[in-house]
Amino acid sequence: MSALHDETTVVAAERVSAIEGRLTRIGRSMATAMIPVIGAFVIGGLLLAVLGRNPFSFYGNVIHHGLIGSLGRQETLIRMAPLLLIAAGLMIAFPAGIWNLGTDGQYVMGGVIVADLGPELAPHFSGFVLFTTLFVVGFAVAAIWSLIPAILKAWYGINEIISTLMLTFIGLRFSAFLVKEYFYDRETTVPQTRVLAVADRLPRMFSSRVHIGLVVGFVAVIAVHFMMRNTAFGLRLRIVGMNPKAAIHAGMNMKALTLAIFTLSAGFAGLAAAVNIAGVDGVVRAEWNPAVGLLVVPLVFLARFHAASVIAFIAAFAVFQVGGESASRKADIPNFMVLFMVGLLLVFMALGEYMQLRSSRKH
Amino acid sequence: MNGLFSEVFISSLVSGGVIAGIPLIYAGLGEAISERAGVLNVGLEGMMLGGAYGGFVGALHFHSTWFGLLSGGLTGMIISLFMVVLCVRLNSNQIVVGIAITLGAEGVTALLHGAIYADTYPRVPVVHPYAIPFLSNIPIIGPGFFNHHISAYLAVVVVFFVSWVLKSTGIGLSIKAAGDQPHALEAAGGGVHRIRTISVLSTGLLAGLGGSFIVLVGAGLFVPFITNGKGFLAIVLAMLVRGRVRWLIVAGVLFGMSLSLTTALQLAGIDVPIDLVLMLPFVLIIVVLFAFGRRSYLPAALALPYDREQR
Amino acid sequence: MVLANELTPSVELIGITKTYPGVVANSDIHLTLRPGEVHSLLGENGAGKSTLIGILSGMVQPDAGEIRIKGETVRINSPRDALERGIGTVYQHSLLVPTLTVLDNLLLGVDQGWKLGRDAAKARLQEVSTLLDVEIDPSSVVGDLALGQRQQVEIVRALWRGEGVLILDEPTSMLTPQGAEKLVQVVRRLVSNGLAVVFITHKLNEALDLGDRVTVLRRGKIVGEVTPAELQNRSRAQITDEVLKMIFGEKSDASYAAFASQVSETADETFRVDHLSVEGSGPHPVLDNVSFTLKRGEILGIAGIDGNGQKELAEVLAGQRHADSGEIILDDQSIQNLSIAARQAKGIRYVTDDRHGEGTVGPLSIALNIVLKRVGEVPFWRWSLVRHSSIREFARKLIHDHDVRAPHEEVAISTLSGGNMQKVILARELALEPRVVVYNKPTYGLDARTTSLVLASIADQAKAGVTTVFISTELSEIVSICHRVAVMYRGKLSEPIMVRSGIELKLGALMTGSTTL
Repeated sequence: MSALHDETTVVAAERVSAIEGRLTRIGRSMATAMIPVIGAFVIGGLLLAVLGRNPFSFYGNVIHHGLIGSLGRQETLIRMAPLLLIAAGLMIAFPAGIWNLGTDGQYVMGGVIVADLGPELAPHFSGFVLFTTLFVVGFAVAAIWSLIPAILKAWYGINEIISTLMLTFIGLRFSAFLVKEYFYDRETTVPQTRVLAVADRLPRMFSSRVHIGLVVGFVAVIAVHFMMRNTAFGLRLRIVGMNPKAAIHAGMNMKALTLAIFTLSAGFAGLAAAVNIAGVDGVVRAEWNPAVGLLVVPLVFLARFHAASVIAFIAAFAVFQVGGESASRKADIPNFMVLFMVGLLLVFMALGEYMQLRSSRKH
Repeated sequence: MNGLFSEVFISSLVSGGVIAGIPLIYAGLGEAISERAGVLNVGLEGMMLGGAYGGFVGALHFHSTWFGLLSGGLTGMIISLFMVVLCVRLNSNQIVVGIAITLGAEGVTALLHGAIYADTYPRVPVVHPYAIPFLSNIPIIGPGFFNHHISAYLAVVVVFFVSWVLKSTGIGLSIKAAGDQPHALEAAGGGVHRIRTISVLSTGLLAGLGGSFIVLVGAGLFVPFITNGKGFLAIVLAMLVRGRVRWLIVAGVLFGMSLSLTTALQLAGIDVPIDLVLMLPFVLIIVVLFAFGRRSYLPAALALPYDREQR
Repeated sequence: MVLANELTPSVELIGITKTYPGVVANSDIHLTLRPGEVHSLLGENGAGKSTLIGILSGMVQPDAGEIRIKGETVRINSPRDALERGIGTVYQHSLLVPTLTVLDNLLLGVDQGWKLGRDAAKARLQEVSTLLDVEIDPSSVVGDLALGQRQQVEIVRALWRGEGVLILDEPTSMLTPQGAEKLVQVVRRLVSNGLAVVFITHKLNEALDLGDRVTVLRRGKIVGEVTPAELQNRSRAQITDEVLKMIFGEKSDASYAAFASQVSETADETFRVDHLSVEGSGPHPVLDNVSFTLKRGEILGIAGIDGNGQKELAEVLAGQRHADSGEIILDDQSIQNLSIAARQAKGIRYVTDDRHGEGTVGPLSIALNIVLKRVGEVPFWRWSLVRHSSIREFARKLIHDHDVRAPHEEVAISTLSGGNMQKVILARELALEPRVVVYNKPTYGLDARTTSLVLASIADQAKAGVTTVFISTELSEIVSICHRVAVMYRGKLSEPIMVRSGIELKLGALMTGSTTL
């Protein structure tokens, strides 16, 4: 009896210490992630000071308008939805060793088709069917668009960094061409698509402006996280990323996998556009260039493809983006602080990674 | 006479092609050097943009195009220091740091320009072209090719100089070894980090020169994001010429022409959707990659960090 | 040679220690290198030989200890330092730039500034090649040279800045018998000119044949030394026995046995290769009309110098490389158009020689590497979801059965030594009823005992009816386990001949293309 009792206490104690170990690990990785953030804020503050602006009131405004104020917080959550979906796509591509740097082009191509199709379908279909169709279309268009770099890579061995970057420039111009020539709304003076009526947009949650796209984003990030770590498909992708020659040697179908990686990764970017258009924008203008894809790249990398960290970084980024707009307006500077901060963040992240490596080598 | 074979079309295409192509040649040459040494510099766009802003400020401050170019080159070099410290010395991921440099440079130049010059939009000193005797008198294409600011001709000189360095000097030999077999260079007593540092700094200098050329000779003023993807185009050109850097002159001018096609078409009164024309250079890149990319030569150790104690 | 003791030592290592996380690579090493002497450094893989060379050549910094060169205490901070002090190293893996010419490779790192002294370098090359008694064309591109010639270029480069100490790391591993002969001549010439040569190897016979003095390393420590006097005065058998004990500890059974048994006359022909050809970009085809037929349970040895198409043949058989013409037939069915995975399902196994490059995924655990070719299959995955417990259990069994030395199955495979990594690969390939196994240099870099275990298990499999293609550069191995042997030279495969004693010389001649059958 007492032996059994002892055993359970030992097991319980082990479990507690395991949880403690886990917590310290989480704490440590949070700390290593926070140091670059703090560094970026300090250098960003110095730049603001040089420009004669008060960094404290600037950052105060960022927090106030991006996080504390109810309107700003809602806007932050709305912005997070497409960012999370783009991130989900990158969480597939990067561990598989595919540098999909063309999410901006994929986003815009998916978006422009969805924007044209939405008002067309809205009168005929009910909410759920309409949204599902738009989501599938956005995903599919971007996936098809990504077949160009995918085929160039899988069959002709052409570096995807270059092809995807080039296709972003092509996609931006091509979508503008489509809007100006074919999709434009004849009743407006600026070249833009027809507007999806507010009544036909994604349902909102918690009696706020936040639409269910946010849920789609969270689900996508968590599902991708699970897929990469626990399924055979995820392991195949990671093997391709870690050692493509070993993947070939093990008999994996590299062409099929490469196509899958590109289309999935791009598809999420297209889905992001569909969610954003069906949720808030409702329209695409000819010179539309959200240019968020390249900004998500470093965030996903910094989060090391881990769902919880990805969500945390995207949230912080969205706060800064939303709050930064108000803060920049108040400080009378153009709204490019967030670009600079992400660049800084990456620099500090690289430094942090090196420090960590050095300390782990010492021990 | 209007149309594709009119004089106004051809001469504006050639002249615009050279003006748009020279930055590609400068930056592409820089990229070619660092790629040869094994560093894939995705931050080229950011270095060009930084150079553009630095050149702009320098030219305004000193009222001199040459000082502008100098300060542009130095700015590019300073930005490339990030790449040196993070990628060459600390072995960070070259692609992520490259993106960081581009994003950071976009942000900081737009911010500074907006905060300092947004109300005045000043213009830099006007440049004076130098017409090369005889050559510039060739009908139709003569003025387009041979009547430019001296810094345009300088690009050609620099290309030949770098070509000579790579082929016939010890530094050139070490650069090639650093990209192809860095351990061999180290075993032979050369410093891989030293060579890669020199290479990346030259890349920054040349990208900065290219960027400031856009502002000082091409546009005459700075606007945010003025490089508009030229840095990425230059990366591809560097890959395509496969270490035979003299081909950059031809490739640069050809792609420059495709960039200046819209203006030339408008001048010639030809009506084509502007977006499709602006798309052209990038489509061209994909086509060229498809046609020649398969055989494009890249150094074996490209984008791989070098660690002496690891193999 | 006895006089050598009285001269100032070329290099003295005193109490050298170097630790890596979890491993003591070198522990309190004392070593003296004398001019005019070949010093063999013998030990298993992972015994600390590579680290010791790294320290001497400036690639690795020791944690403790002292280095004296000609009696003077020095620090060797970089390979450059080492070269300038007359210590040159020829590494096991070629460290020449394949895209550059011989001359440019030699100039690399020497002329770092603007001017390139190509003329002076030609003169120096002449000087060193005279010393070595070899002929080297300065303008040929290194990538085009044969391995033996490349090695000569590496030796020239090691001696370029001064002739003091030459370190040779496993120099014979890529050479033909004839090439090894030439190397021995070169080494003898160098020591007679007063150089000290360090000869690193895991092959006992080579160490004794070539060395004037032999030092044995085990687990980072020096465990014994055979002096020149002993080498001259005692019998070879005695010394061999003693050294084996030093290498492996007390128990040792490293002697080769003849493993081969007879193939039954009535066994059916299971595996046939018909007129396989692969075009190449070079002067001759990669594979030139290769044909052979194998009976069930037969082992065909394929000998040849590296780079004559053996690797490509193995890849074509495995489905990793496309053949331009010809056919591969298993049990009367063509498998020519099947994918790699489909061939695996038919029982074709390929044991690659490229352990790090394609055989394993370094950052993944041993367990996952063991199921690398079965990702998604039951019972390791169910409904596509991973079942770690079943993977680990399977891995533990194979680790135990194949005597893999690893702390547990969850450590990254990159932390294993080459020999243990090879055991994992063998375990993986042999676990699922193989029909035809293609081995490409399966014992490369393994110590004598592991080699012998690997060969025995290949022979056992064959007895159980597995048809085997055994590619190797080691003639002794081929002779000990194969039934028939053929030689590859420039993409052509000679007619297979029955293995009998004394055919090594004939094979050697075929390997260099100096005779044809």
